[in-house]
Amino acid sequence: MGMAAAEQQFHVLAVDDSLIDRKLIERLFRTSACQVTTVDSGNKALEFLGLQEHENHPNPPHACPHNHQNLQEVEVNLIITDYCMPGMTGYDLLKKIKESSSFRNIPVVIMSSENVPSRINRCLEEGAEEFFLKPVRLSDVNKLRPHMMKTKCKSFQESEKIVTKENQESPEIEKVISEQSQPQPKTEVDTEQIQQIQQFQGNNNKRKSMEEGPSPKRTRPRYSGLTAV
Amino acid sequence: MEVGQLQRSFIEYMSSLFNEGFLDAQFSQLQQLQDESNPDFVVEVVSLFFEDSERLLNDLTMALDQPNVDFKQVDAHVHQLKGSSSSVGAQRVKNCCVPFRSVCEEKNTEACLRCLQQIKQEYLLVKNKLQTLFELEQQIVAAGGAIPMMQ
Repeated sequence: MGMAAAEQQFHVLAVDDSLIDRKLIERLFRTSACQVTTVDSGNKALEFLGLQEHENHPNPPHACPHNHQNLQEVEVNLIITDYCMPGMTGYDLLKKIKESSSFRNIPVVIMSSENVPSRINRCLEEGAEEFFLKPVRLSDVNKLRPHMMKTKCKSFQESEKIVTKENQESPEIEKVISEQSQPQPKTEVDTEQIQQIQQFQGNNNKRKSMEEGPSPKRTRPRYSGLTAV
Repeated sequence: MEVGQLQRSFIEYMSSLFNEGFLDAQFSQLQQLQDESNPDFVVEVVSLFFEDSERLLNDLTMALDQPNVDFKQVDAHVHQLKGSSSSVGAQRVKNCCVPFRSVCEEKNTEACLRCLQQIKQEYLLVKNKLQTLFELEQQIVAAGGAIPMMQ
């Protein structure tokens, strides 16, 4: 494919009201050679993305890496957010992002310390790519690379939309290997691409191949025979 | 003490912390995230945990001391404490939070106070243990040795 994945710099926006968890997440992503911006609330996340007017701050609370005037120029390849936060929950934030025309294609991952199936389902149905139980580990973060790669490749996004539509109409959806069994309109990234990406990653001995089912706390449906076009 | 002895003490001590359930796999994860570019990562995170916990334990003490206890607030504090102890791998502290939340839901002040007492004890224990561990690390480094990596 000719893509030098090792040179791609991904920018992650991490949202969590816990200082300890922000520090952890930041370290996890920096270990994976990602640039990280952390904020402590959903509102600040929206401000950073330029989706919300900030009444009290004439300048954004966290420096925009590119341009202070035009926040829309921020490129974010992944948003990872805690679910339980005072004020705006991670779910509320997810909804706002999916409602935005500029940012709806950014993969959103939800983290939570609580394993509540209805909560997990609701988030996945609203468009979250993954739902991680805390504490989040390096192996979780490694799973996110394919999602971030998607945002760098526009034609991939187009074809994903087409396959997604077909999924929603198809009744023959493979059973989910997890506690939840509701069909999710998401496709698998091509395993060949994954292997290519894996080659560029250093410390990958703990990474599971995409062929294996997810560990019980991950809720990622498997559709046999479907790959991204 | 020579480096080899210090390192052996360190390994023994660390193992006991895991075996006795003070620390769980998450602490190992923290250690794995530490490297030459972030040599103090574990100490930094644990320090945040100490600050956070002490604040929360104070808040809990005050909250349960009120004539009309705001159990929602108490639960929120315990939830936070559970989260941070889980994130650093302080297993026994984390485990204390579970029954605490149950009695909170039942609005049982007496039981909450007992849980708080237990959490305080567990917290002080793990704080003491971690500080001892960090001191051992410092001694090893001062003696010119490398801190052993635990599997």
